[in-house]
Amino acid sequence: MTTISVQTEDFDVAAEIGRLTNGRTDIGGLGCFIGVVREDTSHESPERAIRALTLEHYPSMTVRAIERITAEAERRWDLIGCTVIHRVGRMLPGENIVLVLTAAAHRQAALDATAFLIDWLKTKAPFWKREEFQNGEGVWVEAKDTDDAATARW
Amino acid sequence: MAAPLSIVYFAWVRERVGVSEESLSPPDSVATVADLVTWLSNLDQRHAAAFKDRETVRCAVNHEFADTSTVLRPGDEVAFFPPVTGG
Repeated sequence: MTTISVQTEDFDVAAEIGRLTNGRTDIGGLGCFIGVVREDTSHESPERAIRALTLEHYPSMTVRAIERITAEAERRWDLIGCTVIHRVGRMLPGENIVLVLTAAAHRQAALDATAFLIDWLKTKAPFWKREEFQNGEGVWVEAKDTDDAATARW
Repeated sequence: MAAPLSIVYFAWVRERVGVSEESLSPPDSVATVADLVTWLSNLDQRHAAAFKDRETVRCAVNHEFADTSTVLRPGDEVAFFPPVTGG
């Protein structure tokens, strides 16, 4: 079973695992990645610490782009199911942004597919992050070469 | 291209253009995404600012990621945005 959701509200990880496994007894391993808003204190002045993160997306394209990514994961690995939930809107440090769950008979497929899914989500789905600082200023996050490299390794 | 294109913008491209979407009818000489970017860049200052660093701007046509060589058809939805940063 593949579950995809783009939503403003938070997700309940335990409930999502229950929905994915759904009483099945042929699952040998679950992979899980949760992306969280990090309070970035790397900026030199404290007023540039992140107060919030706002996720914008392309509503009429986003789900289709994620479907393409999960279909690719299912083509590459023997998955029993997977779940991708991506939040949009304004989020505070410590809040969840994204959930990737995979279920497979064996751990390697679950672990590898989880890493693949989050790497591809970062570079092949139409989301944009805007950081909001303590001083009220904001900036759009720039794409990272390291994310492209992480995508290319698959 | 006589029939209008639906053009949508996201993130800082949207902020620079000043609107999130618009319907425009470029001249027949606009055949590809690259042609459209050139035409838009010459429309006014806001579009010029959005496409100033045109190598950085990414696009999608009818909800599929596309590149500048993609051929446009009347009624297409063309989206312009920075490199994606989700996840």
